[in-house]
Order: sequence, then C-alpha cells, then structure tokens
Amino acid sequence: MRIELQKRDGVSTLFAVLSPFVALGLTLIAGVILFVALGKDPVAALYSFFIEPLTEIWSLHELAIKAAPLILIAVGLSVCFRSNNWNIGAEGQFIIGAMAGSILPVVFHGWQSPLVLPLMIVFAMIGGAAYAAIPAFLKARLNTNEILTSLMLVYVAQLFLDWTVRGPWRNPEGFNFPETRNFHDYAVLPRIIETGKTHWGFGFALIAAIVLWFVMRRTLKGFEITVLGQSARAGRFAGFSDKKMVYFAFLLSGALAGLAGMAEVSGSIEQLRPVISPGYGFTAIIVAFLGRLNPLGIVAAGLVLALTYLGGEAAQISIGITDKVTRLFQGLLLFFVLGCDTLIHYRIRLVFGAAQKGSAA
Amino acid sequence: MDMTQAIILTIITAATPLLLAAIGELVVERSGVLNLGVEGMMIMGAVAAFAIAQLTGSAGLGAIGGLVSGMLFSLLFGFLTLTLVANQVATGLALTILGLGLSGMIGESFIGLPGLKLAAIEIPLLSDIPFIGRVLFSQDPIFYTSIIAVFGVSWFLFKSRAGLRLRAIGDNHSSAHALGINVVRTRYLAVMFGGACAGLAGAHLSIVYTPQWVENMTAGRGWIALALVVFASWRPGRALIGAYLFGAVSIGQLFAQSRGIGIPSQLLSALPYLATIAVLVIISLNRRMTLINTPASLGKSFVPER
Repeated sequence: MRIELQKRDGVSTLFAVLSPFVALGLTLIAGVILFVALGKDPVAALYSFFIEPLTEIWSLHELAIKAAPLILIAVGLSVCFRSNNWNIGAEGQFIIGAMAGSILPVVFHGWQSPLVLPLMIVFAMIGGAAYAAIPAFLKARLNTNEILTSLMLVYVAQLFLDWTVRGPWRNPEGFNFPETRNFHDYAVLPRIIETGKTHWGFGFALIAAIVLWFVMRRTLKGFEITVLGQSARAGRFAGFSDKKMVYFAFLLSGALAGLAGMAEVSGSIEQLRPVISPGYGFTAIIVAFLGRLNPLGIVAAGLVLALTYLGGEAAQISIGITDKVTRLFQGLLLFFVLGCDTLIHYRIRLVFGAAQKGSAA
Repeated sequence: MDMTQAIILTIITAATPLLLAAIGELVVERSGVLNLGVEGMMIMGAVAAFAIAQLTGSAGLGAIGGLVSGMLFSLLFGFLTLTLVANQVATGLALTILGLGLSGMIGESFIGLPGLKLAAIEIPLLSDIPFIGRVLFSQDPIFYTSIIAVFGVSWFLFKSRAGLRLRAIGDNHSSAHALGINVVRTRYLAVMFGGACAGLAGAHLSIVYTPQWVENMTAGRGWIALALVVFASWRPGRALIGAYLFGAVSIGQLFAQSRGIGIPSQLLSALPYLATIAVLVIISLNRRMTLINTPASLGKSFVPER
C-alpha cells in the first residue's frame, strides 16, 4: 500500500476549518491508546485530563491565566511564521521581557507610584523586542540562520535570569532563597474581575489577538506580511522590503513575548525566580499552528493548550500519571495538526497493490 | 595518565555526540531535507539506550537500542515531510517537542539509577603507542563509529554514485526526479541515517559521557549539531573540526567552573551557546562560500508529478 498526494485545484475550505478538529480528535485517540498502555482507565483519565479542569470556577481562572501568555506569544509568532521568519526563541524574549519589566519593582522598589505599572509594560515590551532584534539583525544584515540564533538565545536568557536572581537581584531579606523581593502593590497587575484570579494578562492577549486579526485581514500591512511570506521575490516587485519585514516580525513578536513575560511575573508570580516559564515560548509555537496562524483561531488554540497544562496537573493528582504526559500530548497535537494540514492542499489517495510503474511513477 | 591526556580525553568525549549528530544531519541536509528534530531524536536515543542497558544489563545492546530508536523516531518526521509534504521546519520542531515529552515519560522510572557504562575497546598494538595510544585507540566503540562515519560519509558523498545522486536531489529535486532518481526513497534513507546517527549520539550521552538518565540531558546539543552543519558548510571534514572546537569550548568552561575563577558559572555555561551564535555569524560573513555549498533544495517540499 502506498500513499499518493494529488494537488487540489484550490484550497479546501472544508479542511481548512476541519483540520484542527481532526487533529484534536486524533490526539484524543492517541491519548486513549496511551492510557490503556499505561494500565489506566482511559475514560477516567481523559475526564480528569480534559473535562475536570473545566468544571470549577477557580480552574477556569487558572485556564485563562495559563492561556494568556500562550495567546500573546502565539499571535506574535503567527506574524513571524506567515512572513517566513522562524522566530523560535520566544521563550528567551519572554524571560528578558519579564526581567526588563521587573527592573522598577526590584531595583527601584522604593518608588511606589501608579506610574510604575505602565512603565513596567513599556520596559517589558522594549526588552523583549530588543532581545528579538538580535536574531533579526543577524538575519537581515548577514543572512544568519534565525532559527538557530533565536534558539541559542533562549539558553542564554535562562542562564542570565538564573544568575540575576541568585546574584544582584536576590532579595536581601529573603533568607538566601534564589528569588527577588516581592513586587509592591503598584507593580502587581490587577485582576479583571474582583472575584477571580484572572489578571489583565488575559485582557492583553484578547486585545492583541483582535488588533492583529484586523491588521492581517483589513490592512495593507497584513497583505504585505502574507505576500512576503509566500514569495519574497513577488513582494519585492510589489515594493515591499523583506529586510524591513524581518525586523517588523521579530520586533513585534518579541515585544508581545516580553509583555507576556511581564504579565506572568507581575500578575501571577509577583516576583522573579530562577525559572518563570513552563516552556510557554515553545508551546506557543504549537498554539500558533493549531490556530492556523489566524489570531482568532489562536485564542481558541491557546485555551486548548492551556487545558493540557491544567489537565496534566489534574491527572497527576487524581489518577497518578506523570505530568510529563502534558508535553507528550502537546507534541502529538502539533504532529497531527501538521499532518492534517496536508488535506487542505492535497487529496490523499491510498494505492493498493504493487505500484504500476508506468502510470503512477 | 598525565594532565594533557586527561584533557584531550574529556574533549573527545564531549565532541563525539556533537560530531555524530552533525554528520547524520549533514547527510540529511545534503539530500535537501532540513530536519530540525535532531534534539528530539537525540534525547530518544539517550533514554532508549539507558533503558535498554538497564533492562538487559548490556550497555552494548543499549547503544544499539539508542541507534534504532533514533532511526524509528526519524521515520515520523519522514512520513510527515516526505509523504505528507508537511512544512519541514514546523515538523522538525514538533519532533523535538514530542521527543522531549516522550523521553521524559519513559525515563521517569530511571531517574537516579546508576547507569551502565559502555566499555572501552583497546585496539591491539595501536593502543600501546605512547601518548596517542591511550587517547585515540583505547576508546569506546561510539567514538570509533563517529570517526569512521566522517570518512565513510565523506567517501559516500563525493566518491560514490549513490552519493552523487543524493547531492543531485539536494540541489535540484525536480531535475533529479526527471532523470529517474527516486527522490522520496533516497530522502527517506537519508532521514533514517540522520536519525540513527542522532540516536547513537544520544546513547553516547547516557551510557558513555554521563552514565545516568537526566531529563533534557541533551541540553541543546542537537541544536548545536545543526549549527555545526552550517559551520561545516556541509562538508564532513569541517564538521569534525567544528565538533572538536565545540568540545574544547564546553570542556574549557567546565574546567574554569571547577577552578572557581571569579566568573559567574552561568556565564561560563552560556559559552557554548554564545560560541554557536558567534560561529554562525562568522560563517555568514562569507556569503559566497555559504551560497556555493548550501543544497539549493534545502527545506523545500517535493511532490512527484503524476
């Protein structure tokens, strides 16, 4: 048996909508197989993984808190990926943004004013964008592979945070724990509603998604992003600059990743620690693809991936499977998404029996 | 054993997994496929080698298990990018994410167990040569494999017919297809070779370098191997030099850390990653050389016309 691809005349709108759902379904089936193999009741396991976190108000707030950084980072990445700029160092830009945003409450903690929070946001976005500017500059100027440079900078950022928190920024009253002082009240991102923990990070995420959806759909900039992504040559004929687009895509996604980092430390952790992210920057890559690089799709995809984080924790507690399952599910999901996307452009035919060399090959 | 020998030996141990993974990826990229999943295949090789060595009591079987699992894992990438023509960059990332997750799950019960170490093989006569004998001819089998792979791949790519075909596919898959070369099959074989090399490189980490299982123990080595391929401008001999330079940098920083010279340990740990960026920048300064050597079809999907 062989698999043959046949190019469709156009793009299948049916599969363009359906493919993320097919991918989710296949991931669930893979989950059932996995849980059976681990000797767990698959129904109970899937329930505690994907349903249980949705049944309580407080866990819905947790979901929004976890989805916020994923959505913020992923909408930025969607612009990158659409314009054929492979920024995979969002994790590093998240960290540097969080650190830049923490300068005021940590170093200048004596200055407590309503101005602090807006400035933290500005600092964080500048920090994230500046860190993303490094691979952008190297790519635009020297044609250096941005995938590798942006990824290497993630490791550097992680080590830099580790050093800062253990060294110069360590809380002098913190009994030598590797953490900074707690943010004062003016530096903490407020909640959206009084009764729940969801902070404004989720609000930023929704705003960013809607704005970028509008930009991509309705403006010349959105057209420019798509054209340059599909063919840099065609874009140049239209008068667009692919070099400027490198900077635009990287700085935008870096700024959003930086904002996500600031929202996470200011809204959830309220201090800096050696590790501040469970890999949001990488998971956001999956979110971007599951959302089909569409900002509104990304909001939905961000909630789904946030659910895998919560589900992993829930399943660990209730049925005693390792929370490593989360990473596994996330990886599988991306695989299925990429595989299903083939259906949008191709018909898949199964050819049985020996290959007929003459006609088929 | 004197100090110089000891240092050279540790550099060799640090360089071997980088070299193997880079050589495998070099062949893959020469065929026009960009597999960014090296890190994932490597970590799968590492966990499989450790687990199989534990369960069978044989580190040798562990090494073979690492190789085979890296190869099987690469088939996932092959199926998606070659059969379903999915985007190679995204699929490679998916392979890495999946590999890190799956290995974390498999390896969970092995954390903290003392590992088995692959025994060194002393080559008769040669290992008796003063100085060089101890350093080069009393090594573990994976080291010998890595060196043989360099020369083997070099011969294959530039001296054999099959290698010429593979390079032709990498430079222009449509022309190669028109000449009757089976593009997809050749690329599958190349991807599997890359997977096997990455798997064996991972095995080296968990049964030679540090015989134990630690989550994420590849620590970016797969990515460094990818950078080495660019550094080597797709030539096996240069990959050898690059891998040993990186081995020296990473051992140098460990050495500096243990001496406790007043530099923060985090800065020293960042050195291999910073060095990777520096190397990529230096290489891209010479744009002509990169352009000449880069396989022209690299990263592009191929659908045979029917």
